[in-house]
Formats: sequence, C-alpha cells, structure tokens
Amino acid sequence: MSLKLEHVQYTYSPSTAYEIHALKDVNLEIPDGQFIGLIGHTGSGKSTLVQHLNGLVKATSGHIYFNGEDIYADGYDMRKLRSKVGLVFQYPEHQLFEMDVLSDICFGPKNQGLSKEEAEVRAREAMRMVGLSEEYEKQSPFELSGGQKRRVAIAGVLAMEPEILILDEPTAGLDPRGRDEILDQISRLHKERGITIVLVSHSMEDVAKYVERIIVMNQGEVLHDGAPREVFRHYKELESVGLAAPQVTYILHTLKEKGFGVDEDATTIEEARDTILRVFRDKVKKHD
Amino acid sequence: MDKKETMIKAKDLVYEYRKYDEEGRERELIKAVNGVNFQIEKGDFVAILGHNGSGKSTLAKHINALLVPSAGTLWVDGIDTKEEERVWDVRQSAGMVFQNPDNQIIGTIVEEDVGFGPENMGVPTKEIWERVEESLKAVNMLKYRHHSPNKLSGGQKQRVAIAGVVAMHPECIVLDEPTAMLDPNGRKEVIRTVRALNQVEDITVILITHYMEEVIYADKVIVMDDGKIVMTGTPREIFSQVETLKSYRLDVPQATQLAWELKKAGLDLPDGILTREELVEALCHLN
Repeated sequence: MSLKLEHVQYTYSPSTAYEIHALKDVNLEIPDGQFIGLIGHTGSGKSTLVQHLNGLVKATSGHIYFNGEDIYADGYDMRKLRSKVGLVFQYPEHQLFEMDVLSDICFGPKNQGLSKEEAEVRAREAMRMVGLSEEYEKQSPFELSGGQKRRVAIAGVLAMEPEILILDEPTAGLDPRGRDEILDQISRLHKERGITIVLVSHSMEDVAKYVERIIVMNQGEVLHDGAPREVFRHYKELESVGLAAPQVTYILHTLKEKGFGVDEDATTIEEARDTILRVFRDKVKKHD
Repeated sequence: MDKKETMIKAKDLVYEYRKYDEEGRERELIKAVNGVNFQIEKGDFVAILGHNGSGKSTLAKHINALLVPSAGTLWVDGIDTKEEERVWDVRQSAGMVFQNPDNQIIGTIVEEDVGFGPENMGVPTKEIWERVEESLKAVNMLKYRHHSPNKLSGGQKQRVAIAGVVAMHPECIVLDEPTAMLDPNGRKEVIRTVRALNQVEDITVILITHYMEEVIYADKVIVMDDGKIVMTGTPREIFSQVETLKSYRLDVPQATQLAWELKKAGLDLPDGILTREELVEALCHLN
C-alpha cells in the first residue's frame, strides 16, 4: 500500500502569458505508515502537491498510483481515493457548520453512504482519537476554543477512516500548549493506528521533533527528501530558499566550529542536550 | 534624560460579555478582561503573551477603541477611549494590524491600499502620496508600489498592511499575531520591519504573538492568563521562569529551553539565556 508519484507536472494557465509551472517533474513514494513533514516557503508548490495526493487537482502530466492503481485511469473511483486520503486544510475550523459536534463529525461518513448509526459509531471513535470526551458531543462547535474546534475538524476527516492523513499547518494560530497537544495527538494516531501522516508545517522545530522524513519543496521541485538530520545538514541552502533549520542546529554547528566534538546533526532539544552533555561531561556538577 | 511620556494606560480595566441560550435567557457572564492595570510609555516595544482565550486580543482591541471597557478606564495618548466623539483620534494614535493580511488589504494596487487610511482621514492628496511613499519605504516595499497585492507573498502582504497603518502616522501600532500565517521568511521580514519602526521611527509597538522567539527583542513582556496580567518583566526575567510559563500554556525560545535542560542536568549556566549566541558563549565560558 502506498502512494506513488511519477513525473508529476502541474501547470497553471498552460500556453498563456500567465503560465506557471507549480510542479515540475515530481517523483515521490509515500509508503505505508510513515510520518512525513512537508516544508517549503509560500508558493513553493507544497499545497499544490498536497491537492494532487487526493485527486483534488489533476496533474497536467505524469502519473499517480494509489496502492498500485493509476488514479487517472478511466473508471477509477476518485471518491474512494478521497476517503482513503484525508486532507485537513488550513484553519479547518472555518469549515465547521453543524449544530453540534457529533453531527459535524458525522457529515463525512454519512456522505460516504453510511447509515446514521454507523456514522455515529465512527464519529465517536474519531472523537476518542483526537482526545475529545463524550461531553462535547452535543455542544455547538462554535463555542469551543480554537484548539478544540480544530480537533473537531480533524475528527471529521478521521471519521472517514483514511489510510493517509494530510494536515496543512494544523497548528497555525494555536498557543504553544495547544500546538503540542495537537501534534502529540497526531503522533499517537501514527504510532497506535499506523496511519500514514503528511504534516505540512512552517515550524522547523515541530518537524524536527515529530517526523521521520522531510520533503523540502522549492519552486515546484523536490529539493531534499530524507531524515531530519540529513535534511537540516543543508541549513544554509534551506535559508537561501526561505526556510531555516531548528535553532538547535545552529547552536550545534557553531559549537562544532569552535572545536567542540558535538554531533552537529542532532535536531531535537533532547538530542542536542545529550550530545552537549557528553562533551561537557567533566563540567557537570555532581549532586550529592 | 527626558522622562518618557505615557502612551497607554489601563486602570482596573474590565471587559465582560453575556452569553445567551437559544431562548434568549442569559446563561453566563464572561469576564474576558478582568481588572487589568498597566502602563506603556511612548517608544516602548511591548510584547503580550497568553494562550488562546487568555484575553490578550480582547485587551488589544481596547487600544484602538474597537472595544470599550465595561468597567475601568483605558487612556490612549491621554484620551479616554470611552469618549465616543474622540474615537477617530484614538484610532489615529493607535493603529492595528491583524493576523490575516488578506482580510486587511482592500486596494487593487499596493500604493492605493496604503493611501486608503490617510485619504479617509482627509489628508490632502499631495501629502497622501508623500505618506504612501515614506510608509512603503519604512516597510521596505517601495519597489512593489505598482503591484497587485494578491500577487505578493504573505510576509509582503503583511508589510503592506503595516504600511497602511504607518501612513496614518500613528504613535503606536498594535499587532495581533501578525506572523501566525506566515512562513519562516515572512515571519522574519515582518518582525524586522516592526523592530525598525520601533527603533528608527520611534513608534510604540505592542506585539501579540505565540512565537516566543519574536518576544526576545521587546523592552517589556506582559503575560496574560484568564483575563488577568500574571507576569510582567523584561524578556530575560520572563523567560527565566520556564515552568511558570509552561503552566500558562506558553513556551520559551528553543535556545532558552535547551539551556534550561542543560542546567537541570548539572551544567553551570546562567538563567534566562535568550538567544543561541548567548548559549554558545555561556558554554564556551565553562571551558
């Protein structure tokens, strides 16, 4: 089971003066169960790419295979693809509209043809998955806090039981704790349910903390594709394309330049702490 | 040295609103801002932190009289914001920039958008153009003056929105999460612009943000929780209290967090390290 992109190109307004190549020869494979971070500055093509993954936008040329099937083949069931590849847009809480939380989450599965009862079973399960207790079922989604609204919106996609969940900046506008809670929850979904996650993010620190693979988009092309420690090694190049590395990357590289034997490829606070402590072992005050 | 003048002063400020159920019966009374006192001097750069729902945006909307206090008083440049006939004076002294640049830009050409504010104020045409030019220069967007705003990046749009406020010659600008929707580069551009307005143009800046890294340049940080001010101090004083901040659903910059973790593990580092340069230097001192 995987999603595979071969030579995908996407051109806006082809053969006019406004022609823009939003995606240029993108080749990617998203195997089952990965937690992927997708980064790139505004206009780098990452949102266009994401919209290809569940067939919202059709490539100008190239092929996309979902579980081996060509999604552009005649008679391919796009609806099935869309229920298997769930997409949570930016500020998804703007799309809440029902009277209460449970009905809002039921909308997707009902649209898939499930009965009210089946949809409610799915919705309750999805609420558990995002950490919303039963007491929220009958509340109006509009009276919830920003972080809770966002959980409702994510639950609405999860209730369709996707195999791949794509989230476009799920933490934008949330306070630091709200951000950690949502990302921890997503990480738990990945670990416990084996759902493949594609996280679009502008926060290098978040990406470094959670994902196992980073895809960097720039000018419609894949610039880097690898583990965080490999990708953030190119921090100078990332800066030149409007991105950055986590702060710890800069700290470790500076320490390395000053002659300390730290592992400069560490990308999280915990890894940075451990490598610095190893070097400064003899400076640690002994507790009695 | 001259004593600084007061830009904004709040005394026992309360803002409350009522929630009603479907039958129109009052269900609860919510105090979004609950007895707040503070003072901001002219030329200061003040950051306000607080989790979603802590009351910081409600407080900010009082500064340009989008909201008026339910109780207590807020003065902007000496004007009580409750004086209805002076609301435009208040809004001219204190301009406001919001999170989403797309909701704030109305012109089809950058320079027209920036000129909208001064035109509305009745500024003579010749002066409008002077103001447009100087404002776009101040946010480093002059070369885009003839562009269409919808072709700009998020950071550029937000700088146009800031120029639109600057063109009204405010003494003070309130920015409510201006970088929340931007990529790292856009964030950098906006914060650099805001700092320049404060340092070069001497405009008082009140910055509301969830990005702790943006706060380290402020003169003063105010932390809000549950409608009240719970901490006030310099960034170094505030970020020395890692656990207290976390209890308010906030965070510290990554360099501060790393320094704190190293200190906990037994390294003799000072409190309140704010930047990666400071951390590297402190580590070098250990040797």
